[in-house]
Amino acid sequence: MTHHYLPQTGEEISAMLGACGMKSLDDLFADVPEQLKLKRPYDLPLGMTEAQVTDYFENLAAENRPARVILAGAGYYDHHVPAAIPALVSRSEFMTAYTPYQPEISQGTLQYIFEYQSMMASLTGLEVSNASMYDSATATAEAMMMMVAAGRKKNRVLVSETINPAVRRVVDTYARYHGIDVATIRMTEEGTTDSSHMEQMLGEGGVAGVIVSQPNYYGIVEDYSGFADKIHAAKALMTVNAPASTLAVLKPAGEWGADIACGDAQSLGVPLSYGGPYLGYLTCTNALMRKMPGRIVGKTTDARGNRVFVLTLQAREQHIRRNKATSNICSNQGLMALWVTIYMSLNGPEGLREINERGRDAAHWLRDELTATGRMRPMFAKSPFLNEFAMDTEGLDLDRLFERCAERGILPGVVIGKNQLLIAVTERQSRAQLEEFVELVKTAEK
Amino acid sequence: MNREVYGKLIFELSRPGRRGTRPVDNSTDAFPRAELASELTRTSATELPEVDEPTVVRHYTRMSTNNFGVDSGFYPLGSCTMKYNPKVNDALSAIPGMARLHPFQPDATVQGALRAYWTLQRSLSEIGGMAEFTVNPYAGAHGELTGLMIIRAYHDERGDKKRTKVIVPNSAHGTNPASAAVCGLEVVEVASLPDGTVDVEALRPLLDDTVAAMMMTNPNTLGIFESSIPEIAAMVHEAGALMYYDGANLNPLLGVARPGDMGFDVMHINLHKTFSTPHGGGGPGSGPVGVRAGLEHLLPNPRVIRDEATDTFSVVREDSNSCGSVTPTVGNFAVELRALAYILTMGRDGLGMAGPMATLNANYIKEALRDVYKLPVDRVCKHEFVFDGLADKSTGVTTLDVAKRLLDYGYHAPTIYFPLLFHESLMIEPTETESRETLDEFIDVMRRIAAEAISEPDTLKAAPVNTPVGRPDDTTAALEPIVTYKQLRDK
Repeated sequence: MTHHYLPQTGEEISAMLGACGMKSLDDLFADVPEQLKLKRPYDLPLGMTEAQVTDYFENLAAENRPARVILAGAGYYDHHVPAAIPALVSRSEFMTAYTPYQPEISQGTLQYIFEYQSMMASLTGLEVSNASMYDSATATAEAMMMMVAAGRKKNRVLVSETINPAVRRVVDTYARYHGIDVATIRMTEEGTTDSSHMEQMLGEGGVAGVIVSQPNYYGIVEDYSGFADKIHAAKALMTVNAPASTLAVLKPAGEWGADIACGDAQSLGVPLSYGGPYLGYLTCTNALMRKMPGRIVGKTTDARGNRVFVLTLQAREQHIRRNKATSNICSNQGLMALWVTIYMSLNGPEGLREINERGRDAAHWLRDELTATGRMRPMFAKSPFLNEFAMDTEGLDLDRLFERCAERGILPGVVIGKNQLLIAVTERQSRAQLEEFVELVKTAEK
Repeated sequence: MNREVYGKLIFELSRPGRRGTRPVDNSTDAFPRAELASELTRTSATELPEVDEPTVVRHYTRMSTNNFGVDSGFYPLGSCTMKYNPKVNDALSAIPGMARLHPFQPDATVQGALRAYWTLQRSLSEIGGMAEFTVNPYAGAHGELTGLMIIRAYHDERGDKKRTKVIVPNSAHGTNPASAAVCGLEVVEVASLPDGTVDVEALRPLLDDTVAAMMMTNPNTLGIFESSIPEIAAMVHEAGALMYYDGANLNPLLGVARPGDMGFDVMHINLHKTFSTPHGGGGPGSGPVGVRAGLEHLLPNPRVIRDEATDTFSVVREDSNSCGSVTPTVGNFAVELRALAYILTMGRDGLGMAGPMATLNANYIKEALRDVYKLPVDRVCKHEFVFDGLADKSTGVTTLDVAKRLLDYGYHAPTIYFPLLFHESLMIEPTETESRETLDEFIDVMRRIAAEAISEPDTLKAAPVNTPVGRPDDTTAALEPIVTYKQLRDK
């Protein structure tokens, strides 16, 4: 019996073997040494029917407790996903295509990447974007390697203590193996980057670049006025990591005078999906374009005079540079770039602004309400924030609070330390849902 | 695929004041405004389009008709394993009980997700012949980098600091040396024999106490099984180095042989190749990494651990033994779910047939075309094989021309000009999901193109003519880069 993904019948197999001058399928593997052959079936179940595998997944899902109200952020945010996006992205012409190496039959992919690059460059206030990266953390690691490659012999990168520690762990891992010296710029008591500490380290010399984040891990919107001048005076480059959605209202990397912007574009309506797929973005100044990792799509014309789009500047890429490469990335998050491009097209400048303002207003209201319960207080009361904030929970039993909230389908946030809860609000939560959460906190147990 | 180019950009459809969705209800349910200080907010406009929803939907739908996917037609792209992407996998990857989980929510509330991850990890370990896998890496190249980090961590842990070299065959894909360079390792190339297999005698003198690893695919880039692999593995291990398996070419070995049994210590798998997840026009992929017994503790964090006594799962996010973290989360989770659905649907019976069928399909095409295309290595191939252009070299028709003409006949082109071992490489990989009729039709077209090369070479030089656009001017694109709409508009 044949499997429904494998078309060849027994009769065809015999005929095809005959055409190859062979008698059995074993003849195809005559060159595999006997001792290497697997002489048993895999220790795996027999194939399931479509109904059986569906039941299997439904049972797995039943073991989960997904929340209906998600106040967890820490880099990944629950925004509404317009129905048009999955409908368009799942078109098989997009989904089942390979990398657009044959531009004559890949204009769909190439064109949306060009649109994506245009939108990301504009959002970040910089000149050029690549076709996307895997995620925020790896994009930040790539930005670090890019700054070191541009800084010639300088091998030190300063990273603010206020960056997301999950991103920092990945940056540190890349640095360890790539031979980059990463030093930490201290955090002030207000939860912001200590600029005098940065100046001191810049003054010590050897710094290729500085990485800061906005809003930072604690949700604080930092004031980076003057940073770029100080960094550039030390002949170093500046990278700002930011969740893409917030760029619609906050001052973006380009306006701070930074050279590189990177971060996660998950906040542009990509489902949380327990970790991915998301996508990272990386944009930079024109001056750095040829140092940029990953694919880039550019405009040109074809033999018939049409305006067309192609992968370009490939001399930068790993498959050409081989062991001289400063990045090994050879794909992007193609389909996810399409996802966020459609999201930005649907929402437009006004929609993105409204989404951010709604999250901001609701978050400020919620922080005040939670503080008023007397059960928790802001960790950084004086610092400005957008839609995310850290609370000191002062000995509340957080496990118990999470459990009671889970019973009502509420995920209260992300625990980021002892008695520390990071809470994010988006346009996705209604006022009634936030009020329900406040009530649960009011009656929370110590 | 539509033969007419659509070609408009969404920005060109924009009209001030149009809206494509209504994200916020400001008429009810409002909160007091909480303005931020002006020095923190954006001053420039975001240059995003203003379009209505029907226009957006039609725009991207029309754009898609200028694209060619596996569902559109045969995609014999060598080394890319463009097999059919089952639809049930897509459906199951997006069920709400999985899609609405936050990556940092408590382990107790994601037991099903963790069980899925763990089950996939165990299944890949069985298929690869490895002790344990991480499914975190986002792509094949990311998996390679992770695998090399594990290898460096292994030598570091032993205090063996001199090992800075990685040996790769000169037929290797450019990603191998690039991954090594990013991992702070130096690449040494080893020569191939005329059949593309590693020259064992050339390898021997390269092996000393400065070598960290040998990195190989098997079958190799020419689709030839490296029969000397037991000897190579013994030599590399004797020198104190580890064997790295690049899983790019794993597909023909499904049901046949396992990298772990060949002596490989660390390997990666491309779920978007061997395990049928969609390529998505370049991603998202997934590049799980497996290790042999004794190296498990070096796998990157986060790790999913199962407590056998209670059959519960937890996530380890930090520990000092591991090679580090290459992802903040457990990776491209929805891609992982697709691969799990594929493994369960194929089962041991279906997977066991996939390798032989992929191999049969490749040999069938090779044998049917070898009289009109030059076959530089005449051996039984595995999942793919390489022609060195047309057999008749007198026509001036190149591999590029053949590839472009295939587009006219409704096929995706094979991989061209790779591997670099031949001048006119044309690399064909049919996969196991193509029917004999599809293969026969492709063979007919390839023969017709070979005949056209003699009778009407100019037609091939001008190809493609039936596609939405013709051959692009790549030189101008690179010399005067226009990579955003702003640059295009201001030009």
